[in-house]
Amino acid sequence: MAAPMLRWGCRGRRWALAWVDGGSCHRRGAPTGSTSNRIRGQSSLAQQPLRTAQKPRKGEHKWAAVVGLEIHAQISSNSKLFSGSQVRFSAPPNSLVSFFDASLPGTLPVLNRRCVEAAVMTGLALNCHINKKSLFDRKHYFYADLPAGYQITQQRLPIAVNGSLTYGISAGKERGQVIPKTVRVKQIQLEQDSGKSLHDDLRSQTLVDLNRAGVGLLEVVLEPDLSCGEEAATAVRELQLILQALGTSQANMAEGQLRVDANVSVHHPGEPLGVRTEVKNLNSIRFLAKAIDYEIQRQISELENGGEILNETRSFHEKLGCTVSMRDKEAKQDYRFMPEPNLPPLLLYDATSLPTDADPQQVINIDQIREMLPELPSVTRERLVQQYGMLPEHSFTLLVFEELWKREGKTPGQIVSEKQLELMQDRGALEQFCYSVMKDHPQVVMDVKKGNPRAINKLIGLVRKATLNRADPAMIKEILEKQLSL
Amino acid sequence: MGSLLRVSAALKQGQITPTELCQKCLSLIKKTKFLNAYITVSEEVALKQAEESEKRYKNGQSLGDLDGIPIAVKDNFSTSGIETTCASNMLKGYVPPYNATVVQKLLDQGALLMGKTNLDEFAMGSGSTDGVFGPVKNPWSYSKQYREKRKQNPHSESGDSDWLITGGSSGGSAAAVSAFTCYAALGSDTGGSTRNPAAHCGLVGFKPSYGLVSRHGLIPLVNSMDVPGILTRCVDDAAMVLGVLAGHDPKDSTTVHDPINKPLVLSSLADVSKLCIGIPKEYLVPELSSEIQSLWSRAADLFESEGAKVIEVSLPHTSYSIVCYHVLCTSEVASNMARFDGLQYGHRCDIDVSTEAMYAATRREGFNDVVRGRILSGNFFLLKENYENYFVKAQKVRRLIANDFVNAFNSGVDVLLTPTTLSEAVPYLEFIKEDNRTRSAQDDIFTQAVNMAGLPAVSIPIALSNQGLPIGLQFIGRAFYDQQLLTVAKWFEKQVQFPVIQLQELMDDCSAILENEKLASVSLKQ
Repeated sequence: MAAPMLRWGCRGRRWALAWVDGGSCHRRGAPTGSTSNRIRGQSSLAQQPLRTAQKPRKGEHKWAAVVGLEIHAQISSNSKLFSGSQVRFSAPPNSLVSFFDASLPGTLPVLNRRCVEAAVMTGLALNCHINKKSLFDRKHYFYADLPAGYQITQQRLPIAVNGSLTYGISAGKERGQVIPKTVRVKQIQLEQDSGKSLHDDLRSQTLVDLNRAGVGLLEVVLEPDLSCGEEAATAVRELQLILQALGTSQANMAEGQLRVDANVSVHHPGEPLGVRTEVKNLNSIRFLAKAIDYEIQRQISELENGGEILNETRSFHEKLGCTVSMRDKEAKQDYRFMPEPNLPPLLLYDATSLPTDADPQQVINIDQIREMLPELPSVTRERLVQQYGMLPEHSFTLLVFEELWKREGKTPGQIVSEKQLELMQDRGALEQFCYSVMKDHPQVVMDVKKGNPRAINKLIGLVRKATLNRADPAMIKEILEKQLSL
Repeated sequence: MGSLLRVSAALKQGQITPTELCQKCLSLIKKTKFLNAYITVSEEVALKQAEESEKRYKNGQSLGDLDGIPIAVKDNFSTSGIETTCASNMLKGYVPPYNATVVQKLLDQGALLMGKTNLDEFAMGSGSTDGVFGPVKNPWSYSKQYREKRKQNPHSESGDSDWLITGGSSGGSAAAVSAFTCYAALGSDTGGSTRNPAAHCGLVGFKPSYGLVSRHGLIPLVNSMDVPGILTRCVDDAAMVLGVLAGHDPKDSTTVHDPINKPLVLSSLADVSKLCIGIPKEYLVPELSSEIQSLWSRAADLFESEGAKVIEVSLPHTSYSIVCYHVLCTSEVASNMARFDGLQYGHRCDIDVSTEAMYAATRREGFNDVVRGRILSGNFFLLKENYENYFVKAQKVRRLIANDFVNAFNSGVDVLLTPTTLSEAVPYLEFIKEDNRTRSAQDDIFTQAVNMAGLPAVSIPIALSNQGLPIGLQFIGRAFYDQQLLTVAKWFEKQVQFPVIQLQELMDDCSAILENEKLASVSLKQ
């Protein structure tokens, strides 16, 4: 179920298609899209389906999978969330650590304005309600890469809630057909990133690098509206594009700027939700999809064989392509959440509530941020399709070189026509292509006439190739059938 | 010798030089070493600062009233290049790379840092007896006033074994100021830790409004209640220091903008006829010593006789405040102490079997049982299943307690007058008969509600007890009305004329001992 990723590295805006060839979850029919009221952090043991008491019969009942995602995106900012030390990738270890990052006693957090703006922008782009008042909390646990013994996060009242993320799934055998799907965004919260631990087994020691400790993160929590790896991968891909378009995060998974944890469970439609597992350590979109699909299958197999699912954390083993239990993290942690006493409530304003004598440096105006939002990927794609007659799937794969524009002063329209990306509207020209392809491949034409159902696909493919993929396949098929008198 | 402002004038007039003043104080520190007031004496630093101050005075470029003035700082304030221990094994040998904002402000005004003073470990305690460097002795134990009264008592023991506590947790700072080794000292106040030792040592102990003075660099006990405190020998001195320290700090997000006038100079109240003094009736508790009760009453009468309105007020939730304070304090302590794991700084144990084992041993070795006890309690209250019933409930009660004060002030009261402590300073041997938790609960009774409400308060010494020991009374003001509060306190101070501690005998004894030791060592050399 590999997704062809058409990605060219560049500094300009990128659109990419997470286009899976015949995604299995969609062949089976529409996903349940079941909603879950499960609160994060709670075990679903209470909702375990009753059927485990009886021995299930293999393959008799349909299974539905429920997938929720917790996505951590590193905020693109010059300095960290609560301190002035720099944010940079690949710096010498412990060279970007302020006194606060090292948790020196007596140091206090000071909120970074840019990070708040990034959170508001992202919230607006995801159609969230921006909370005019949000709060910071401490989440306690002991770990070598968490110097203070707690992480500052937003558990009680995050900065943005109740949004949605729309992504496009390519459906069925018909190429060019994109079905829009939506996953609800539960919330977006600001929180600190931890440092990094490197385990040196040779010397039985752990090396701690605090460069990353305190970097601002946006945690985007998606409701479990997803039902398979493909949907999850596509949704994450779309989120990546949005974050990149906004400039709020570079969202590069390979560099650790985007991290995804998946919560996966299975159940029979109509029955209560199953026990879920958390899958962590997913550092690429491909592995995300793979891990989720593996986990779904694993759970189905387990349950069909009379076993039960443990509410546990699992990690994805890349080489083996499977998820494994992270036994040492099994013990349930009580994070002892407590309000962060050194940070007063975060108050945001809009045009109506902004105090007249407010110092612009000291306040954030949500309306102002909204006005300055750049064009979002979905809007751009729509515009390309409407304005330039582009194929929808090409709108996904369009690569626009910002530098190219700047240097040559071209508009997207000019580039589209130069690169011959627009849809071939001329029926006459297309008929010519079909005719010449049939002439060049008499054997294939014979196969079609003999009744081989797959042969026409080959012809369609050849015509498409000849037209540099600019023709609508449905139209090609129609013309060929006409010409073959089928 | 006494007042900061007076010696500052002397410096400006060239009657004394900063170096002379510094040497004098250093010599007194040595003489009073047995008080155990100082953990670190920063002699070289102070002398260097004195030298620089002297240059400035010579060039007519003094920085202000604090230039060349010896001060001391409680050892839970971060001082760059000078060991900061919080009187704990956990931070023995920890030398911070930065100054607390309040320390920096004092240094920027040319003050001389004489040293870091002793405290209860991590400021947890009301006696300054539970730090790893040992307890602090109250200078009044050796005062003429106390000794004379003691001689009259046929049952009194001789010798040093019945010395008195300073109160706490800023006992070292109190002893340092009381013994004339410096002119002002920084303490901290979370539940009364500046006001309590001020009362026991005959000093002015000022707790500013929460949000007025920066906490950046103050190693926290309870972030939502801590404030830096000021200990001086008179109210004008405290006001002057407050003027230097107050103000918004970008490094501390809980400080407010433009709160008071700077520099802070108190006017002298001509009369108190426009003043309304409130006496909270719930503060009259059975455990209050009859002596203090009587003095409290006389103070109220004094105000009344001078034309002020004195009324009884009610703070109905007073009886809940100790328990509420305990829940919130221990919860924040559990959180604040989580960073002490031996990894980045401070004590680290020898065990390296696993990270978990290392954490456990480091924290067991680093913290005393008072600290560990509070961490355990705090973690209990923060558990998911307990959070609503304990922490959240306590925050709600805290709001009620704070509202009690608001209501009292809204009913026309300008300032509340209460005792600071239940009794005068007690002997150490008696104090340690009860554990830290019990003592704190008892001794904080008049002071901790103020921290929960974030209000300004000051303890002023009123008179000596029958035993010749200082007794203080507390004034509490409205939030950010610190200047007005100190103005009333200044008037009161003038009325009561509290006596100066007489330590001369002690000094002479000490010099004699030192002389003898010198002679002995000389003879040995031969």
